[in-house]
Amino acid sequence: MSEFVFLYRSTDAASRAAMGSPEQMQKSMQTWMAWMKQLADKGHIKDRGHPLERAGKLVKGNKRTITDGPYAEAKDIVGGYTLIEAKDLAQAVELSMGCPILEGGGVVEVRPVLKTGM
Amino acid sequence: MELHEHLFRREAGRIVATLTRIFGVENLALAEDVTQDAFCRALEVWPFRGVPDNPSAWLMATAKHRAVDVLRRERTARTLAPELGRLLESDEKLAPAVEELFRTDAIKDDQLRMMFSCCHPRLPETAQVALMLHILCGFSVDEVAGAFVSTRAAIEKRLSRAKQTFAGSERLFEIADAADFAARLPAVHRALYLLFNEGYHGASPESAVRVELCREALRLAALLFEHPLGATPATYALSALMCLLAARLPARLDAAGNLSALADQDRSRWDPELMAEGQLLLDRSATGPELTEYHVEAAIAAVHASAACVEDTNWAQIVSLYDTLMTIRPSPVVALNRAIAVAQREGPDRGLEEIGAIADRDRLATYPFYYAALGELELRRGRGETAREHFRAARALARNSMERQFLEQRVEACAGGD
Repeated sequence: MSEFVFLYRSTDAASRAAMGSPEQMQKSMQTWMAWMKQLADKGHIKDRGHPLERAGKLVKGNKRTITDGPYAEAKDIVGGYTLIEAKDLAQAVELSMGCPILEGGGVVEVRPVLKTGM
Repeated sequence: MELHEHLFRREAGRIVATLTRIFGVENLALAEDVTQDAFCRALEVWPFRGVPDNPSAWLMATAKHRAVDVLRRERTARTLAPELGRLLESDEKLAPAVEELFRTDAIKDDQLRMMFSCCHPRLPETAQVALMLHILCGFSVDEVAGAFVSTRAAIEKRLSRAKQTFAGSERLFEIADAADFAARLPAVHRALYLLFNEGYHGASPESAVRVELCREALRLAALLFEHPLGATPATYALSALMCLLAARLPARLDAAGNLSALADQDRSRWDPELMAEGQLLLDRSATGPELTEYHVEAAIAAVHASAACVEDTNWAQIVSLYDTLMTIRPSPVVALNRAIAVAQREGPDRGLEEIGAIADRDRLATYPFYYAALGELELRRGRGETAREHFRAARALARNSMERQFLEQRVEACAGGD
């Protein structure tokens, strides 16, 4: 088994548009939870991970300039991550297909964790 | 953990009601935004952390934190409810002030304040009902449009006008004043009754939507009788009526999903719990001198509920209850229902006589079940051809596909009549 990180990315506008009425939000939340549960039941979740605040600070360059960011209009903001266990990248990608963020125009970035000692 | 099916929708109504009390009526949109934020937060956090033990409390607490942020940021930029001004003079006072505003016992009555505020006398009844559904039941504009079988644009217009009136009312309705409470109560009853009827008889082709509307009306009515001032005989009678009618909902559609007339319903499918609750509420309504239309209609529904089949129905009692209803709230539709009951007891000829004698009968000209009633009675007299003409007229007036289907079947039932 290898480890992968799912990074959930979407624009602020896209995630807001996908939210809609309380009823729709409850539905999409339940879809998320069902998806996570299904991955956990099959033993693919190493760490559920954490949601991230949408805004923080950007520290940049050797001058250490500090700015607010990422901006709301940024193309995609990482909204959270999960640590996944899968046989290989192909299976990890397959597992990401059911992620509800895709319905709302978001992106799942699937990144293998670099194995130490290789 | 399993969430209640419509938890977000219901919590939305509760949170918006509380935030509107805190921010003031003119800041309804702000209250709606903060509520939306709380749900977004749940959507971000719960998938990772799991559903909290008490999701309602979590959502309210999250809304509270957002409210503190907004109050801190906007107290100088925005006119908030005047009584807030004093509390928000300084940062030190802000947090305890907000705690006070979110006290559980204060929150408890917010939905009632909102319910009464939605029934503002300057709003037409249809707008009152739409506003209740939107603000208090958490239905989106699209969902309200779906419930009323209207367009999004039309509902948006109706709601935005209603919200203007609402925002201009200066403050939420104060439920502590017994005289004001009693004066507005009949309008609230009326709006709840309309909401229920929209579900029960309304035009939405989706039965799930209709059941939801009925349930929401029952839920709001329960909030009303749980309050000492709201627990009046009329409130109990209205709740009894809605329970007894809602009990029939499972049987209103037959196995094929078609509308089923009261006489043809499989009464074993009536909901026994709702029937028992309806009867209990009807007993509670029987105090004091006031006899409302809800009392009489609930009594009629109770007579039906107590009959094992249509033949066992005490039609004499039903006719006499309709006589009473005609004195309280006369209308051609009530007269028509009375005539149908007369026909059950004394035969179709007498029923047709009674229909012929209805004052303002021309007001029934666009009511499909007027022609359907004529059709049934003619059919029972063996005049299939005449009956068929009536059912065709009824079918042409059908207000939705379920009614159309039902009346189409009646047309076909006349085929072998002559």
